[in-house]
Amino acid sequence: MSQSHRIPGKGLIDRQRPVRFTFDGKSFEGFAGDTLASALLANGQRLIARSFKYHRPRGVMTAGSEDPSALVEVLEGDQQTPNVRATVQELYAGLRAQSQNRWPSLRHDLLAVNDLMAPFFSAGFYYKTFMWPRAFWEKLYEPAIRRAAGLGSLSGKHDEARYEKAFAFCDVLVIGAGPAGLMAALTAGRAGAEVILAEEDSRLGGRLLGDQPALDDRPAMDWIAQVLEELRALTNVRLMPRTTVTGAYDGGTYGALERVGLHLADPGDLPRECFWRIATRRAILCAGALERPIAHPDNDRPGVMMASGVRSYANRHGVNPGRVVLFSNNDSGLETARALTASGIEVVAYVDPRDIPVTEDFPVYARAQVVGTSGRLGLKSVQIAHRGGTSHVAARTLGLAGGWNPSVHLTCHLNGRPRWSEDLAAFVPGDGAVPGLSVAGAAGGVFSTAACLAGGVRVARAVLADLGLRAPDLAVPAAEDAPYAISPLWAVDAGGRAWLDFANDVTTKDVKLAAQEGFASVEHMKRYTTQGMAPDQGKNSNVGALAVLADVTGQGIAQTGTTTFRPPFVPVSIAALGAGARGHGFAPRRLLTSDARSRAMGAPMIEAGLWYRPSYYPRDGEIGWRAACDREVRTVRTCVGVTEVGTLGKIDVQGPDAGQFLDLLYTNMMSTLKPGRVRYGLMLREDGHVMDDGTCARLGPDHFLITTTTAAAGLVMRHMDFVHQAFCANLNVRFISATESWAQFAIAGPRARAVLDSLCDLPDLPFMGCTDLRIGGVPGRIFRISFSGEKGYELAVPTRYGAALFDRLLDAAEAIGGCAYGMEALNVLRIEKGFITHTEIHGRVSADDVGMGRMVSAKKDCIGKAASQRPGFTEPGRAQLVGLVPCDLGDSLSAGAHLYNEGAPATRENHQGYVTSVGPSPTLGHWLGLGFVVNGRARIGEVIRLDDGLRDKKVPVRITDPVFFDPEGGRMRG
Amino acid sequence: MADLQATPAVTGLPVTLGGVSLSLIDPAPVTSVAPYPGADPDPALSALGLRFPAPGDVSGQGAVRLAWAGREMAFLIGAPAPDGLDKQAALSDQSGGWVWVRLAGGGARDVLARLTPLDLRESGLPVGGAARAQLGHMQALILRPLPDAYEIAVFRSMSGTLVHEITEAMRSVCARANM
Repeated sequence: MSQSHRIPGKGLIDRQRPVRFTFDGKSFEGFAGDTLASALLANGQRLIARSFKYHRPRGVMTAGSEDPSALVEVLEGDQQTPNVRATVQELYAGLRAQSQNRWPSLRHDLLAVNDLMAPFFSAGFYYKTFMWPRAFWEKLYEPAIRRAAGLGSLSGKHDEARYEKAFAFCDVLVIGAGPAGLMAALTAGRAGAEVILAEEDSRLGGRLLGDQPALDDRPAMDWIAQVLEELRALTNVRLMPRTTVTGAYDGGTYGALERVGLHLADPGDLPRECFWRIATRRAILCAGALERPIAHPDNDRPGVMMASGVRSYANRHGVNPGRVVLFSNNDSGLETARALTASGIEVVAYVDPRDIPVTEDFPVYARAQVVGTSGRLGLKSVQIAHRGGTSHVAARTLGLAGGWNPSVHLTCHLNGRPRWSEDLAAFVPGDGAVPGLSVAGAAGGVFSTAACLAGGVRVARAVLADLGLRAPDLAVPAAEDAPYAISPLWAVDAGGRAWLDFANDVTTKDVKLAAQEGFASVEHMKRYTTQGMAPDQGKNSNVGALAVLADVTGQGIAQTGTTTFRPPFVPVSIAALGAGARGHGFAPRRLLTSDARSRAMGAPMIEAGLWYRPSYYPRDGEIGWRAACDREVRTVRTCVGVTEVGTLGKIDVQGPDAGQFLDLLYTNMMSTLKPGRVRYGLMLREDGHVMDDGTCARLGPDHFLITTTTAAAGLVMRHMDFVHQAFCANLNVRFISATESWAQFAIAGPRARAVLDSLCDLPDLPFMGCTDLRIGGVPGRIFRISFSGEKGYELAVPTRYGAALFDRLLDAAEAIGGCAYGMEALNVLRIEKGFITHTEIHGRVSADDVGMGRMVSAKKDCIGKAASQRPGFTEPGRAQLVGLVPCDLGDSLSAGAHLYNEGAPATRENHQGYVTSVGPSPTLGHWLGLGFVVNGRARIGEVIRLDDGLRDKKVPVRITDPVFFDPEGGRMRG
Repeated sequence: MADLQATPAVTGLPVTLGGVSLSLIDPAPVTSVAPYPGADPDPALSALGLRFPAPGDVSGQGAVRLAWAGREMAFLIGAPAPDGLDKQAALSDQSGGWVWVRLAGGGARDVLARLTPLDLRESGLPVGGAARAQLGHMQALILRPLPDAYEIAVFRSMSGTLVHEITEAMRSVCARANM
């Protein structure tokens, strides 16, 4: 029968809105307002999952996000989300969920054989067993273990769903919307503070929803509705349901995960989740407390739950638990038994180890313990040991009430430690553990409804006073104010396996064994047994496990301490943390002004930093990069080529002291440069290594424009800021990036001038000269510089005219037999000339290593000069930049290969150098390489072996001068 | 040679989603103004009715404004630099270096809150204020000329990414509004 376990008329579900869903392919019906867990329970489905290690049947244990057992996979189209807590997943029409970690089915899981092997799988089993032979670990043991153990599985497809990141700011962040949180938010809201009230649940109210006590003699739901109405009306209050605050960080920043569209059948454009960073002046933690189980034999069967869970499902979702046994060591559990009985649920036994009076409306077993259960796929009976012997009581549900653990987690995220309270038998937050974070309600160890309501107001008032805001008067409704009496009982020692960590299958025996084997510190025990390392992060088991450990070691619980609570409080999907960063979202795309035209010409793009640059411009009949590259190189050497070089960093430097500032930055002198002239320059890092190279143009007496390499543009700008602020703030100089202000094009080749003459009045410009000019009606700049070794110009116009200028330049070049050239040709051209890029100045070379030692001026100081004179930079044996030519001119070379003397094995000791750049030179008819060789400049003419271990390539190469073509530079000067 | 024609930084705008619109604006000319140490740019700026702004401020409200744009730096927007300013400050033409968009409408702040870690409340970015901040993975200059309108500038080469990131955030905000 559909929803056979509903209590008629009870719960906060909408019975007018039935919702169909499937679990393991079987169709069920629930109601709007259900979670997947409550809907399955309402349909009598107690078996929901298999445990991690032993594949033991498991069901729902709690009604909150801490549930250790009810983990399922949710399917949406191609999306397959593992380890979804059924207690958190809201029901929607068409929801498809399936059980995980079982084969072939949930009921008949063959891997449950692990459970029979349990005597062998004790704590530390892997560490002890799979030691030998060593090679077996990767090949045999690990794959087998991974198949046998584990949780949910992934689809293996990309997660292409929408996720979101967002930022929020407020004066007061209230974490949790139970009685304390609602009162705190109301107090702060009325005082005019900007408030964010974050609540993990889809509904606000916290334990009031599950317990439904009377407030001011009215139903709790009426009071909640009234408070929410007021909070919604306050424009300074933002309510954030479905939002779990996951971590406390420095400076009043909190992480929070919002489930945005996960509860909807058709979320449309809604993101699945949003990861919030909330910065707040103050925070009030009202996260409540989590009820803990009692470890007794076979306490993990489907049907064994927390007493508070039984109560929540009954009151909030109208789920009838059937015959209930409650096993409690405190008054809260007793109160649950009374409440369940009052609402017509059959409590067949209340079991309490304390000597309590037997005057209830249900059978009470005082000074008694639960010592066992039965029912393979679901609880059938409970074994109770009492003064009169042992009774077997038939039951469908066993509620455990081992006491409450305040949710201290967030207070520990900045290294604070919780404090043990003997009265509560629980850890409570340490004082001032997180600056700006106060604690109210059950999270602070206050468990009565009245005290939580009052505490929310009191703490909020203190926070407001701290913020300088006047707190309003607020009436606190009357509510139950029962004292919390508990007599700790952590584990029942009655043989069999008593489970502590239901998620990771850790028993009291495992903890004892860990202590016996020397892993007696709580952190060691955790890692040895894996207790607390499952998705619930030990929320249900930490305190119980360390209490058992304390018992074994003879130390008190306070001395034993807890393991470290770290963010996140609940599992956070990587997709939410990295929202928007998939594919092109990973980094901005910087596109050249010629991008559209280049793509239209079929140019494949290559990434340089964030820039996309054309690799080559293929023409009909050209297959692959090589044919196009060869043609483009030949065209530049014999006619003219055009390429956009606007990716180079440009920094506009101005001021009376600009020259002096640049002298400090560059190894060579820039202050002597005449206006209208350009000089090549080299910069060192403070440690003496080469940082970058580029040109420096003097546009006017106090005005320079320097260029950097593409990849180092930001680095050089940062370096300049640092040098100015740290070393010479007195200099009268100002600078700003002008990289994007100008679109710049290289026009290179013997016919370069002809192209420009057809477009503008080109002034006579000496090599390394520059001037302003007008082109196409716009102001531009022209530089006679060359990175190709040919007569060349670089022409710059304001960026918005770049696309139009590229079209004109290309048309003019093509009209006389020229072409566009890409990065491949640009690279070959510069290798032919021995010009360096960051493949050579890779951060570990000195100016002398690249043959520019004489560029470090002896007449002045510069950044990095002193460090570059340290012994290690000047002693013999450093690798120096050389050219490399294959001995057999038909051989190709490969970059990244290493160099060894002929006949020497390719080992570290024999290492002679490495290859940084290679390219096929159509000009010279063979491959060329640049690289670094130990004492290379003295070894020109020697033959050495290029050894590329990755490509299994060995090529004898001759060491040459790094300048292969036109060493006198007549072509570019002419 | 015939005059060169300017190309817009990005196509496909304006876009309007759920009461928030994103449009391309061109506030040219834009000139960076970096006063030299000890110099006083205000007399020259007074010709435009402007003064050099304090950090986070914008001087002027109309088409001609001087917006704080970083340490000892402001952007003069909408007018060429007045005579004499170059003696007091380093000036650099930034007109073409940036793409400017305007994000306006009731949900504009919510859209920006998905992209920038700035405190967008009145106390953090008041009307008439300016801020340098990260927007997605880009460094941006953000102005707030009106309560529900923002002007955002990033490097021009990133204009496609900028529009993509903002329109994606607009989609999410619009979907939430319709929830």
